[in-house]
Amino acid sequence: MIINNCKKIVGGSGEGPALVTAQPINFLSMVDAKTGKITDPMHELYKKSLKGVVLVFPYAIGSSVGAYSIYSTREYGVAPSAVVCYKTDITTASGCAIADIPVVDLPKGAPPIKQGSIAKVEADAGRITVKV
Amino acid sequence: MVLILSTEIMSGLELSRDEEEALAGKLGKALASAYKILVAIGESTGAKKLIPIKWAHLSGVNYNTIGDPGMDFLDKFSRTTKVVVKSTLNPMGYDRNKPEDIPSSFQEKQGSIIESYERMGVNPSFTCTPYEIFDIPDKGTAISFAESNAAVFSNSILDLRTNKESALSALAGSVTGKAPLSELRLEEARSPKVGIEANFKFGSELDYGLMGYFAGKVIKDSSVAFSGISKPSMIEAKMLSAAIGTSGSCGMFTLGTAKEKISFDRKEAKAVMDELNTAEDGDIITLGSPQLGMNELDYLDKLVEGKKFNKRCIIFCSRAIHNQAARVGLTGKLQRSGAEFMCDSCTCLTPYVTKEKYDSIVSNSVKGAYYLNNSNEVSVALKDIKTIVKDYTE
Repeated sequence: MIINNCKKIVGGSGEGPALVTAQPINFLSMVDAKTGKITDPMHELYKKSLKGVVLVFPYAIGSSVGAYSIYSTREYGVAPSAVVCYKTDITTASGCAIADIPVVDLPKGAPPIKQGSIAKVEADAGRITVKV
Repeated sequence: MVLILSTEIMSGLELSRDEEEALAGKLGKALASAYKILVAIGESTGAKKLIPIKWAHLSGVNYNTIGDPGMDFLDKFSRTTKVVVKSTLNPMGYDRNKPEDIPSSFQEKQGSIIESYERMGVNPSFTCTPYEIFDIPDKGTAISFAESNAAVFSNSILDLRTNKESALSALAGSVTGKAPLSELRLEEARSPKVGIEANFKFGSELDYGLMGYFAGKVIKDSSVAFSGISKPSMIEAKMLSAAIGTSGSCGMFTLGTAKEKISFDRKEAKAVMDELNTAEDGDIITLGSPQLGMNELDYLDKLVEGKKFNKRCIIFCSRAIHNQAARVGLTGKLQRSGAEFMCDSCTCLTPYVTKEKYDSIVSNSVKGAYYLNNSNEVSVALKDIKTIVKDYTE
């Protein structure tokens, strides 16, 4: 499956298993930047790791410092390889810009990306390729 | 080639020639990074251009929140660039005059972060309530505020214009003097499409906090209208702003109604309490998040007059407010009632409050409760300030 017309937020490309959630993420309070794991037991991605995944989520919420948390995951080697948002927020955009993590917004009406499927994000081309 | 062209058409943000050159690295790596951030947030918020800002307020100060990667990043970043607009700073981890049992490694790393900001020319104000300390620009002025309570308060109460900036996007604003013209810097997003109506009589500032937390969760837009409440006092407006900023992405509130209406009843208030109120009682009391201002110190002083706290009660406030309060004798009076002051820092993620030291904390701050529960991992007894004084003074 190919999803075209994605909006580039941060350029570059990355590939990995899709980690998909419909719940927003507070990167400061819900992510352990050293391990890349989601630490909030209330979150549906609890205990899942961001390392090497294509993170598909709506947008970030809460602390403005979450941008540094995203950058920290890169410094600790546990960053996602790409990020796909329904609507990228300022925290995600700025954190990923500094961490060199490609980011795109999904176009309206895009088909769902299956949990665990291998996804390749080519931000400059505005394209996501999903292998089942 | 076709693909590249189509991307260029899709990209809505246009940069001036100078901005393009800075992005390409002509003015050095740090400014190139700053413009890279501005382009990313400009694209994500649908901006067509960058505009000048008058003030940047930066978060990302406390070592507990940005860690070694943030510290190292700022050290490098600060060696080649300086701020070009008024730039103020959020609280750090602890009060420099009261290191107590703060580990020396923490103090050193915190010191490095502060040095970096000072090297860039940022005012070391260590406050999350810059709106209570500094001169306020004219209404309608574009600013760039990280620290969500300050962004929400400035948009809603002071009619300044900022998006809910991140620590890094406000930093980019401080060294470029620019921000994208988008979302809450435009008129359209400042008129809420969805309103929240309170359907019960609010008893205290805590109810404003609960409503704010609820609003942040349910409102997906940049702004929200509140009805069914009286005009919030300073303390109520601060609690409301902080709570909205904690749970969502909404960055402004107005008083009034909107096309769509969501009800905030006792049931919704109770659901927030059930989530955040995780203890019956606490080992100590922390007041702050946001840091207390003169209004709140004055109010607290009246409540505790002739009484004494029977638990350790820490008041977090900025040094500027502390000094002002000291001049009018407020700090002395509050200290005689057993309260103690911590400057430069605040409740959220301070190393003063750890799970090793305390099982639970009493606070009136919804924002504080969220971070104490989730980041400091201590449980919280959430009570309004009057109840705290009633329950814990003699």
